Amino acid sequence: MDRFAFLLKRPIQLIPVLLGISLITFVLIQMTPGDPVRIMLGPKATEDAIAFVRARYGLDQPILVQYFYFLLNAVRGDFGQSIIYRSPVGPVILERLAPTLFLILYGLALSIAFTLALATAAARSRGRWLDQVVRLVCVGSVGIPSYFIGLMLILGLCLRFKLFPVSGYAPTILDNLYHLFLPALTIAIGVTPILTRNLRATFIQQMDADYATAGRSKGLPERYIFGRHVFWNSLLPTVNLMGVVVSFLIGGTVVIENVFNIPGLGQALIRAVLTRDYFVVQAVTLVLACGIVITNFIVDVVTVVLDPRVKL
Amino acid sequence: MEELVRVEDLAIEFATKFGTVPALKGVSFTLNRGEALGIVGESGSGKTVACRALLKLIAANATVRSGRILVEGQDVLAMGDAELQRFRGEKAAMIFQNPSTHLDPIMPVWRQVGEAMVLHQGLRWREAKARAIELLRDMQITDPARRANAYPHELSGGMRQRVMIAAALACEPDLLIADEPTTALDVTVQAQILALLRRIRRERQLSLILVSHDLGVIAEMCDRVVVMKDGTVMESGTVEQILTAPRNDYTKRLIASQPSLMKPAVRKALEAPAHAAPRLAVEGLKVQFRSAQSLTGWLLRRPAHAVTAVDDLSFTLPRSGSLGIVGESGSGKSTVARSLIGLVASQAGRILVDGKPLGRLLQERPLAEQRKMQMVFQDPFLSLNPAMTVAATLAEPLRQHRLCSDREIPERLADLMAKVELPQNLLERRTTQLSGGQRQRVGIARALALEPEILIADEVTSALDVTIQAQILGLFERLRREMGLTLILISHDLAVVRYLCEQVAVMRQGKLVEYGPTEQVLTHPREDYTKALIAAIPRLSRRSDAAE
Amino acid sequence: MSAVTASRPQSRLGRIWGALPATLKVGGVIVLAWIALAVAAPLLTPFNPIKVDVVNMLKPPGGTYWLGADALGRDIFTRTLYGARADLMMAFFGVVGPIILGTIIGLLGGYFGGRIDMVLMRIFEITVSFPYFVLVIAIVAVLGPGLKSYFISLTLVNWVSYARLVRSEALVLRNADFVLAARGMGFSHLRTMLFHVLPNALVPPAVFVMTDAVLTIVLGSSLGFLGLGVQPPTPEWGAMIAEGANYLTTAWWIAVFPGLAICSLALGLSLVADGLARLLNTGS
Repeated sequence: MDRFAFLLKRPIQLIPVLLGISLITFVLIQMTPGDPVRIMLGPKATEDAIAFVRARYGLDQPILVQYFYFLLNAVRGDFGQSIIYRSPVGPVILERLAPTLFLILYGLALSIAFTLALATAAARSRGRWLDQVVRLVCVGSVGIPSYFIGLMLILGLCLRFKLFPVSGYAPTILDNLYHLFLPALTIAIGVTPILTRNLRATFIQQMDADYATAGRSKGLPERYIFGRHVFWNSLLPTVNLMGVVVSFLIGGTVVIENVFNIPGLGQALIRAVLTRDYFVVQAVTLVLACGIVITNFIVDVVTVVLDPRVKL
Repeated sequence: MEELVRVEDLAIEFATKFGTVPALKGVSFTLNRGEALGIVGESGSGKTVACRALLKLIAANATVRSGRILVEGQDVLAMGDAELQRFRGEKAAMIFQNPSTHLDPIMPVWRQVGEAMVLHQGLRWREAKARAIELLRDMQITDPARRANAYPHELSGGMRQRVMIAAALACEPDLLIADEPTTALDVTVQAQILALLRRIRRERQLSLILVSHDLGVIAEMCDRVVVMKDGTVMESGTVEQILTAPRNDYTKRLIASQPSLMKPAVRKALEAPAHAAPRLAVEGLKVQFRSAQSLTGWLLRRPAHAVTAVDDLSFTLPRSGSLGIVGESGSGKSTVARSLIGLVASQAGRILVDGKPLGRLLQERPLAEQRKMQMVFQDPFLSLNPAMTVAATLAEPLRQHRLCSDREIPERLADLMAKVELPQNLLERRTTQLSGGQRQRVGIARALALEPEILIADEVTSALDVTIQAQILGLFERLRREMGLTLILISHDLAVVRYLCEQVAVMRQGKLVEYGPTEQVLTHPREDYTKALIAAIPRLSRRSDAAE
Repeated sequence: MSAVTASRPQSRLGRIWGALPATLKVGGVIVLAWIALAVAAPLLTPFNPIKVDVVNMLKPPGGTYWLGADALGRDIFTRTLYGARADLMMAFFGVVGPIILGTIIGLLGGYFGGRIDMVLMRIFEITVSFPYFVLVIAIVAVLGPGLKSYFISLTLVNWVSYARLVRSEALVLRNADFVLAARGMGFSHLRTMLFHVLPNALVPPAVFVMTDAVLTIVLGSSLGFLGLGVQPPTPEWGAMIAEGANYLTTAWWIAVFPGLAICSLALGLSLVADGLARLLNTGS
């Protein structure tokens, strides 16, 4: 039971990480060339306006105080003002959060499904043609950029064959399963090869493990050994990868939202980078990083549930 | 006597990167019902391949060239999958060497014992659990109902092995195959497991095939023996025959290499001038390890957890004397070696060489003092840098300590290789290309390069075949005699210590249990633990004592 | 004995080549071919990759324009060849910085352990908490697009992959008997770390580097696709695909050929990675 006590201590251990993330994000924006206030208000801004905004965001204070204000504001959801959207950044983030979240979860679900199917098929038919095919497919498709896949899918399925809509985000969840299918598929294709290769290798390693041999010596069928022993032992090291996988998925969304014109955080980020809307860049980075931290925490929880050896 | 198992002319080869390697070259033996057959051999003998083949557990890259394995008249090698699954577990079962890796780490122990029952006999899980608990009780696991829910890592090594035996016996097989079942266990636990095996053999009329490299274990447990080397059967017969009248040369060498049979070396220390300080004196040595402080612990000012690895150890060694430090795992014997060398800091006590105290850590000792004590390590695979050649390995200490000019190095290397009886042409080889015995010799040469006065050997032969071990022990003895080296031998094997060392110190959980001249301690042990250690050594002959 | 070996016709190089895994050979050929094409681009095509020629805009493949022309009349074949230079440089510079920084940090943390490791692990954890691509973009946003900021941002973000690998090897190796022996013979930490631990810790990173090169090319070309990489008019495959996205139905060749180029180069590197892993027996 004291394994679960670890889960209570874990959030406390996460605080330094969150502080670190906020620090880096803050420092990043400090390094931008030019005066953010002038950029934000535009060339026609008056000296009074500039002074007012500076004081409002504490930009005339020493760095440490600025950081403190930044933290305070961030916790309250105040991330400054966006140039393009001409509104506070906070609400912009909020309304763009849902599409991105949907896309990522959809993509995650698809990639998990594909990976499980492919890796299991490959490992169970080890060395035979199915295994070789899966391996080659994985090796080959690692390098195909997701935007290229996206464009090709659009070319083929949307424009030529009119099977899917090209862009957009629909109001209801059910509609989105259809609208966002291609983008989610694209992201999933980007992540699946690496995940499959990894899981297959783990499966095979576990199938050769001593406890599997011991199981065979007891006359247990191969299917049982795989399903009851190998599978669960393979899951643990793979679950640990989830943080990295989500990181890749987020990277995929950033690109794919632009290809498929989905009003999510990724699209906002790129637009902000190209227009030097630094507060938006800062806020999106921070929010997405927090997403990863939450994902890692969930991974920790799952690990404690699945692995009886963990005792922190 | 009814014949249960007949292996006829079994030949198995492996496909490797370097071509096909034959593992078994036509092996034949038989086992009668109710009998115990021992298969003894060193590494590469093929004994493991042979015993696994009995259950048709053949590796993916292995092919059976020829032969039959008949169990109750049926050829195991010709069985299909369904037949094989019935055969394994119900007719014959196996227990393995390493109970930690051969149990599923994330499945409770009762399931691993009971799953065969569910799948073979169609029991329900609840019934299987009840039966499993009974089996565990029969294996003498205390509090079996509670222990059954435990995971393997929560049990000790001995208990894990009992679990594995229970799992093998779940469907009541007629034949039990034991592949080095006690090699990974401490000597006292080994004795218990062997006693357990003898009991269940008697009670269930099990036939047993026991594979081991340890002739003593086989002599204690088995009726007949098969001696294997390089994939062939060298000799076979009853235990008596083999031990008292071996015919084959290899068998004779194998028996002669058993440490308990080796005549103790002349271990007298060289005469030392009177009033000379002992070469090495250790007084009240204490070593503690503090586990890493966690962040919350530091915040709450909780003191870090401390483990005492060595507690108040004292001994003295005269010039060219030899001391054996014996203990099981967790006794602290390796920590003693490391603190003597200065790799680990001691918290209390003194280490005096020739009367002068040494700094606790290596960095605190002057260069000349660092050289005086050198160590040879256990693991033949990682005791030498895999990225270096033999020559580079030996030359590095010479260069770093500036013991000779660059021009003189080849001569020094040749000298060192000769001292450890290695051919000169090995100098250019990578260390990974050498055999285990050769690597140990290089390790010894490396230690000798610094011209030490005290040599510490930490379990140097534990990972070696028994015949190679005998050679290495002989080498140590020669070096001690010819170079006047003072020797500290750390081992779990009392027989090895008996051969080589004049004094012996028995350690248990960090404390010195008994200390004195070897002959005295071994023939008249005072402490119970020492007595238990001595009693646990498998005797080479049960009946007449021709060996001791 | 020596007479037999002397008369053997097959050279040592020939034997080594024969022993390599098939994927390594095929992949190696592809990669070397692209490098050759990139270097020899001026010799292989008479066209100028950046000169605008509006007359020939959007010409389909065939005739003088082997792979067609883009919206500014530039020959796609030429731009694809020259584009290889940008992408190959991104592949190289994208791994060099991370390898060096990651190895140093991983080695120090794994070898010394204790507080040094704790500090380095905190930095590691924080860096890893950012989505990889997003952090790269953020740094590029701050520094301005281009090859230099690409190099800096990847070094600052991707060192973690190598640090993780080197550190876990170093953690194991620092307790290996030969490392203890080195220390026991009085060798300094520096010597032990550099000559004993490091050479043996480099195998997993060496295997990973090729896969990383693939991921780096994908990342670099994604940056180019988004307009954050090598700036126009210098040809770069990702940027070319972005241009082609607008003409997907009308002039598909603008996007497709650079895309196939990326896929083939990435395939080559990926095959090399697979072959290397098989060769060193660490892969599946």
